Amino acid sequence: MSQTATSATLPSAATSTGPQSSSAARARPAAGGGSRRAGWALFGNATGWILPALILIGWEAASRTGLISPNVLAAPSAVAEAFWRLLLSGELAQNIWISSLRALSGFAIGGAIGLVLGLANGLSALSRNLTDTTLQMIRNIPHLALIPLVILWFGIDEEAKLFLVALGVFFPVYVNTLLGIQSVDPQLVEMGRAYGMSRAALFVRVILPGALPSIFVGLRYALGIMWLTLIVAETIAASSGLGYMAMQAREFLLIDVVVLSILIYALLGKLADSLARLLERRFLQWHPAFQTA
Amino acid sequence: MTAITFTAARTQSGKTTASRRSAGAGLAKQAAPAPLEDAPALREALPAQEQATERKTALSLRGLKRRFGDKEVLKGIDVDIPEGQFVAIIGKSGCGKSTLLRLITGLDQPSDGTLTVGDGQQDKRIRIMFQEPRLLPWARIVENVEVGLTGISKGPAARETALALLAEVGLADRAGEWPAVLSGGQRQRVALARALAAKPAILALDEPLGALDALTRIDMQRLLERIWRQEGFAAVLVTHDVTEAVALADRVIVIDEGAIALDLPIPLPRPRRHGGAEMAALEGRILAALFDEA
Ligand SMILES: Nc1ncnc2c1ncn2[C@@H]1O[C@H](COP(=O)(O)OP(=O)(O)OP(=O)(O)O)[C@@H](O)[C@H]1O
Ligand SMILES: [Mg+2]
Repeated sequence: MSQTATSATLPSAATSTGPQSSSAARARPAAGGGSRRAGWALFGNATGWILPALILIGWEAASRTGLISPNVLAAPSAVAEAFWRLLLSGELAQNIWISSLRALSGFAIGGAIGLVLGLANGLSALSRNLTDTTLQMIRNIPHLALIPLVILWFGIDEEAKLFLVALGVFFPVYVNTLLGIQSVDPQLVEMGRAYGMSRAALFVRVILPGALPSIFVGLRYALGIMWLTLIVAETIAASSGLGYMAMQAREFLLIDVVVLSILIYALLGKLADSLARLLERRFLQWHPAFQTA
Repeated sequence: MTAITFTAARTQSGKTTASRRSAGAGLAKQAAPAPLEDAPALREALPAQEQATERKTALSLRGLKRRFGDKEVLKGIDVDIPEGQFVAIIGKSGCGKSTLLRLITGLDQPSDGTLTVGDGQQDKRIRIMFQEPRLLPWARIVENVEVGLTGISKGPAARETALALLAEVGLADRAGEWPAVLSGGQRQRVALARALAAKPAILALDEPLGALDALTRIDMQRLLERIWRQEGFAAVLVTHDVTEAVALADRVIVIDEGAIALDLPIPLPRPRRHGGAEMAALEGRILAALFDEA
């Protein structure tokens, strides 16, 4: 620094922007290495899978030795067989597809409304005074308690599932978006104003990025609620989907299919969560918690 | 925005004459007046304003008041700050220093009185540097400096200015990093670069070095003084540190109970060394004013 300090002329500093900007580019994580790591990130690290594998082996052994009766829990090999059977008949893919579609559209609707209302109530006192009390009241009703009413309204049509999922997803997204905006550092907002940012610039550059970590918390929580709501709704009021498949299997005492359904829930849930984590990593790179080394 | 140019010529006696050519206004300014080592008492006796009669006024406060509820925090402040002057403001905690800076930078409005920037005609840029760096954690270092150019320049031009300023504060190689990885002193240097980006006519500093350790503090004081001499902005520095005020400022203003208790010129030559007898004498006077012993 002493060199620049004594000669201290801005033009000379400006001429050396070339190497500086390239070093700026270098400081960012290399794209190639990032995408390989991203692939792994989708299913978490390898060590996380040791325990599930051990449980699976133990379970198979217990079933084979008769420690676990097939009437209580199907062996992993039986579950795999059921999986293969349903995959060949196309039934499995069909049910997964229908359930995923319901889950995602419900999530999109509820999430979008939650995000918009959360932003509006975080930014405008008028909007907050107008709606927040009502929303907090509705929030205290467990949304699954509405199932009987929803069946009366929509029967077992698609709308029933969409409504329930959207309602379930709405609150975590809403509450965390609102919280995120309210907890944006007021000092940063003041700084933005002191530097002449317009309201729009202030929102895009200061408020939204500041609220994002909290919004992601809401998002991940909402993903959990999304599956839970959908599966419950499908076991009670549906004629297709994974929940329906599990219910049917129960009626015919097909314990391998029941276990298979539960495993698929687990996998889909994990997949959704990993996806959210991936997005989090992408958008919260700056956050010390997401900085690698 | 056109490229900013500075020239600093060093005369043989070691005194520095800095002339500034800024983008629009081609004003040249004589740096701190030649020191009068032999007659400090005489200089001290002169009111601060008189020493700077040849300079235009950068900032003029007349009967400035600020009330919060029925509590009057500022009870009528009258000050003229000439262009390019380095003013230090000292006062006990809660005496209204930050409030005064917020008024100067337009973040708050006075309850009474007037505040004129420049000749009141054209828009002069005022920037503030806070006690905390207040960098956007989600923006790279260079992007944080570009925040200082909001509404002034964009794209490659802004990037170039920002990188030049980062080089100026010695952080050119950190441009692409996140603020979270910098040390406290480095973050404060980024904040300084951001504040300077728009070439302000007045830079208000609210205890910007307060949170730094002693060594980093001295480094930052030197950096601040060097940049101030290059760029010739009027600096208004709020500090709790009497030594720092005497080391950096042309003039020290002591605020007590919302009013000016002392307005003391510091006629010492630059660069100043810590610990001289004259400095100690000036520090003594400031401390006396702070603790009402005057
Ligand atoms: N927005 C506000 N509302 C009410 N009172 C305020 C507000 N801002 C400042 N004050 C009061 O004004 C007084 C001066 O505050 P200010 O922040 O200017 O002090 P300060 O001199 O900067 O102190 P410090 O050296 O501790 O930073 C304090 O008593 C404070 O409580
Ligand atoms: Mg203060």
